[in-house]
Order: sequence, then structure tokens, then C-alpha cells
Amino acid sequence: MSAKFALFLGCVAPYRYPGIEKATRDVFKALDVELVELEGAGCCPAPGVIRSFDQATWLALAARNLVLAEKKGADIMTICNGCYGSLFEANYVMQHHPEKLKEANEILAKVGMKYNGTAKVRHFAEVLYKDIGIEKIKAQVKNPLNYNVAVHYGCHFIKPSRVKHLDDSERPHILDDLVEATGAKSINYKDKIMCCGAGGGVRSRSSATALKMTEEKLKNIKMVGGQLILDVCPFCHLQYDRSQKDLPGFDIPVIHLSQLYGMAFGMPRESLGLEAHEVKFNL
Amino acid sequence: MAKIVEPNPEFAKIIQKGWPGGETLMACYQCGTCTASCPSGRLTAFRTRQLIRRAQLGLKDEILPTEELWMCTTCYQCVERCPREVEITDLMFIMRNIAVREGFMSEQHKKIGETMMKIGSTVPFPDDMKKLRVKMGLPADPPTTVADKKAMEDFRKVMETTGFDKIMKGGKK
Repeated sequence: MSAKFALFLGCVAPYRYPGIEKATRDVFKALDVELVELEGAGCCPAPGVIRSFDQATWLALAARNLVLAEKKGADIMTICNGCYGSLFEANYVMQHHPEKLKEANEILAKVGMKYNGTAKVRHFAEVLYKDIGIEKIKAQVKNPLNYNVAVHYGCHFIKPSRVKHLDDSERPHILDDLVEATGAKSINYKDKIMCCGAGGGVRSRSSATALKMTEEKLKNIKMVGGQLILDVCPFCHLQYDRSQKDLPGFDIPVIHLSQLYGMAFGMPRESLGLEAHEVKFNL
Repeated sequence: MAKIVEPNPEFAKIIQKGWPGGETLMACYQCGTCTASCPSGRLTAFRTRQLIRRAQLGLKDEILPTEELWMCTTCYQCVERCPREVEITDLMFIMRNIAVREGFMSEQHKKIGETMMKIGSTVPFPDDMKKLRVKMGLPADPPTTVADKKAMEDFRKVMETTGFDKIMKGGKK
């Protein structure tokens, strides 16, 4: 296990749901994992929008973030599926396509940087599951939880599975196991692995379309009595949380895995930033 | 009467060469597993299989100006299930990049691009969030481009080097 990780904050967590950032810092501290700052990091950049607009810009900006981690001598740890998707895939593209690596380095030279490919890109849930492990997590649970949790994997955590090799994309289990380590129950629901609807620039360009997909997921979660929606992506988090004010009949709190762990580890509720949530946490 | 369309192999080649993954375009044998797997397609008029067919035929005008091109959430479910290992999401990115360069970009998306050039993020950073951050014991500005002038200059310089602002205006082909 890498002795330390460079924490990649992304945009939505620090600028919309700072509780996710705070809980991540506190939880990893409790688990005795050092997180170093990635000073000057920019947008990952967002895979759905920026990559859709111009892949050369997307690659060069991702490469810049990767170089910042290389300089720290640490692997990057993201707390967002979108950041994970962009940074992981940019790393993959540069390691498998020399012509793309050359292009990116020519651009980075303008800001005095060079990509060497020494930093891996890790998702925080992957680090929790594989590097830290369920047993060590269980040992930190001081406040066992008793909720019926609807796990939302999101898309860019395990897919495309041919390059990520983290879990089965049709029947994943990592997040369910991580949730159940807190004592909570991970429930099954229809179309559990379906997208929240926000990705690919759909939320910004056609919010009604995104909302229809979110409504579909919410209906399926409500149908089986889900008390809580669990995500590992601040963008899915935002989509579920903010959409419910436009969808009458839904009132299901949304929580990021870092915040759920904060709660289970006995951290004070006010340190989890739940007040930034649209759907109030009244469990 | 059925409409007869003229294929444009040149445009299909541009897609194939647009970015890694594009070379898988012709492997598609039109089984429709992608359409059946698409969370967006089940609620909209977007038909993944049809779009890929149009790409194979190089039907530029039936791809670039369409709303369907922007209905994909890049969830990769079709890629996971494609029996021919067609990199459908990569193909979406390639076709969207071409559409942007040809001037087919929505106002909402232009706004996101502008925020990127300004603060290095796709979402704005309002003052009430700074207050909440401080209240929680976090620094008002996280250690990102918003707190580092030199980093923001570098970030912007990368975008200027790739010609991002011109690309967004549809002026760079």
C-alpha cells in the first residue's frame, strides 16, 4: 500500500458539498492513512463535458493534475467517480498511445511540466476496500448504523471494467460490502447499476432528460423502502439531492460514503456538512 | 417512400481516426444491445445503434446537428455489453468533438467552458460555500486553482495552447 495518497478534491465536493471533503479527511485520519495536499490542482477535467468538447484539452489538463501528484511522489486518490474516470483514463491513454503522450507533453512543456507516468489513480472506495480492508474499517465503527441503504455505484467507478478491473460491472459488491461494514443493510433494487442521469453533459444541456432518469432510480429505491441513498461521487450526489426538490413525493436523504463512515465512526453530525444538502437528513 | 441516403466514407474515416477507440467503429454488426442497455434511450428518442450506423455510413448531417448526440450520459453500459467490443463511448466523444468544432455547441455548455477558463472548475464557487467551509474548520479556499494564482495561470495557459476558446466558438476545424 502506498504510504500516502495525494487527495484530489475535484470541484463539486469542495465547492458544493464541503462535508464530503471534511469527512474524507477525518475518516482517513482515523484509519491512519496520510493524505497530502495537491496544491494548485484544477478540474479533473469533467469527463462528460470537457472531454465531449475537446479531448486534447481534456488530456492535457488531466496530465497537468497527474504531474502534480508525481511531484509529491504519491498516487492520486479521488473522492468522485468523474475525477476518477477522467484521471484514470487520461493516464491509460498516455500509457498506451505514445502519440497522445507526446502531444500532451508538448503542451505541458509550455508550463514547464513533463508527464512521467509514475502516479497511479485510485478511487477512495477502492483504497478503503483493497488497501485498508473491511476488518480495519469495522474496528473503527463506534456507532453501528441501522439503515436500509440504497447503494448507487455510479458509472465511472467500475466502468469501463476492461481497463479498471475493480469489480463485476453487472453485479458489483464492493460498495455493498463497505456499507455493511457499518452495520447498515445494503438493499437490492431494480436497475441498481443504472446511471443517475447527470453525466455526459446531460444535466447541463438537457436537465429534464437527466431528471427523468433520476426519477426512475428514485422510484425503484422508494419501492423497496430505501431510507438513504449512498454514493461515491459528488456529482451523482448533487443530482440525487437537488433533483428531489423538483420531484414531488421524494424525500430520501443522500449521503457520500465518506459521510456515512464519519457517522459510523462516531464523528459529530455537524462535522459532516449535512446542512449543505437539499434533502434534510432526519434519520 | 424510403429515403435513399448517400454514404460518405470520408467522414466515417475522420471519425475512425479521431481518437483512440475510433478504429472500432466498423466492428459493429448492428445487434442493438447498446440501445437495449441505454438508460437515456429508454426515456428519450436517442438510439445508440442507429447513431453508430449513421457513423459507419458517414452521415455527417444526421449526426452533428442532432440533439441525440448529446443524450448519452457516458455511463459505459453499452460498452460493457457490446459483443463486438466497439468503443461506443469513445465514439460519442469523437463525434461530439467534431460537432463542437463545427459550431454545434449549446449555450449551457459554452457557459461551463467559460467557467473553466475563469476559475479552473466546471462549477462556480459562491461565497456562502466559503462561509460553510470555514464553519466546518476547512480553509475558505481549498488548495486548488482558486487558491493559487500561478496554478490558475498555468491551467489557463494549457487551455490557450490547445485553442480551447476558439474551439468552443466553432472556429477551429
